[in-house]
Amino acid sequence: MRASGIEVLFLGSNFARLLEGLWVTVRISLLAVLLSLPLGILFGLFMTLQNPISKAISRVYLEFIRIMPQLVLLFIAYFGVTRAFGWNWDAEFSAVLVFTLWGTAEMGDLVRGALKSIPQHQYDSAYALGMNRRQTVLTIIIPQTLRRLLPPTINLTTRMIKTTSLVVLIGITEVLKVGKQIIDVNRFRYPTASLWVYGAVFVLYFLACWPISLLASYLERRWR
Amino acid sequence: MKYTTIIKKIAALSLSAVLAAGALTACSGSGSGTASEGNAGEKNNATFRTVDEIKESGKVIIGVFSDKAPFGYVDENGSYQGYDVYFAERIAKDLGVQVEYVSTDPASRVEYAAVEYAATGKVDIILANFTVTEERAEKVDFALPYMKVKLGVVSPDSAVVRSIDDLKDKTLIVVKGTTAETYFEKNEPDVKLQKYDEYADAYNALLQGRGDAFSTDNTEVLAWAIVNPGYTVGIDALGNADTIAPAVQKGNTSLLNWLNDEIKSLGKENFFHADYDATLASVYGAAANPDSLVVEGGVVD
Repeated sequence: MRASGIEVLFLGSNFARLLEGLWVTVRISLLAVLLSLPLGILFGLFMTLQNPISKAISRVYLEFIRIMPQLVLLFIAYFGVTRAFGWNWDAEFSAVLVFTLWGTAEMGDLVRGALKSIPQHQYDSAYALGMNRRQTVLTIIIPQTLRRLLPPTINLTTRMIKTTSLVVLIGITEVLKVGKQIIDVNRFRYPTASLWVYGAVFVLYFLACWPISLLASYLERRWR
Repeated sequence: MKYTTIIKKIAALSLSAVLAAGALTACSGSGSGTASEGNAGEKNNATFRTVDEIKESGKVIIGVFSDKAPFGYVDENGSYQGYDVYFAERIAKDLGVQVEYVSTDPASRVEYAAVEYAATGKVDIILANFTVTEERAEKVDFALPYMKVKLGVVSPDSAVVRSIDDLKDKTLIVVKGTTAETYFEKNEPDVKLQKYDEYADAYNALLQGRGDAFSTDNTEVLAWAIVNPGYTVGIDALGNADTIAPAVQKGNTSLLNWLNDEIKSLGKENFFHADYDATLASVYGAAANPDSLVVEGGVVD
């Protein structure tokens, strides 16, 4: 009997379990993305303030989040906080919190970079045409900033979706973990199943990230 | 102008360095700090639940493996199964509560996580095929063992190795960093060792006849021999037994004592042999002797 291993995907409720795992992945990452986009924009604006104190605060926050591996942050939020303060945070809450903190920092830096990249003459020309500060920002600066912000934001979003696979280490069973469980149970009966299961996980991740890329190219066309 | 940008860059770099150093000490701090914090237990005590509190809540939270068949895994219908899980179900039944499983990970770093799970009270009991070591015993409290792991030696049917004497002047395959390597280096200097980095390489070496036998944990070779006809586990219990036991949070004596009593009384009905029959027998086959794995009543011979 030649077992190709693809049937493993359809044994029992395996396929439904993979989809459930994907939903966990998508739920955590989308919540974190939806929270970190607005917070990141606010943080980016905060970073551009010409004030030594605000600059120092945002610098420390950004470097702290950027240098710490996300895994360390997850362990701090899930285990460390319980140990230090006795607050028993739910695993999913810890995950969303950490990914939001991370997304906000990265998004903030993207916003700061995009704002800084608008040349001074854009402001000067707008003022020369008699626009006031408000008109300049709303009609000249923000549209250009958004356009420049789009590709790196999409990049960040897909990166956040993929990085959520770390949450298994605080006990959340997401799509990759379900895949590993399925492979393990069948490792004697279907030794080649891993290829198919990882293949299915790849397709599921693709399906989760692809709509975001589609949205991005739509917006890029629209904003041209 | 240039001068200030250089100053800014230096400031940013040194800040990064300081933060990185902080991150590193934080990592090692939370890893090794737990042992020394052991006696600052009063603060931690708030997070664990006593037997009465578990019974009151109607639910016991048990950390198990979800991808380590046949000890703890999830079957195709999404329910937890395995030797550890069979025991977990019984614990819940005897406590008179529902069981909620938390999935822990067998990857190396997760042993730390498993310690952390119990140490922070995220779970009441860890039943994740947790080998008792002195280092871990500083961070969690182990109950009596319910399983033991020794070394096994697998060899081709044509020349089965049945005792250490059979191995004299023969080549034994081992995987680097395993207990098998240390055991043979220390106790049997006459045996020639051939070392590999990966399990897969070691098994292939055996299949290709590059060594006369292969040694590692007995559970591992027993399971492998079943799916590879032509190979027999001639020695199934060699060396000192590593024991596997439930772990609870340090200082949770109420739950620890309950577990020890439970294991002792289950020993009277040979519960773990029934557990073996239900979960491990099909994997290890009729040839394997349950007594080389199972520990009843917490007594290791």
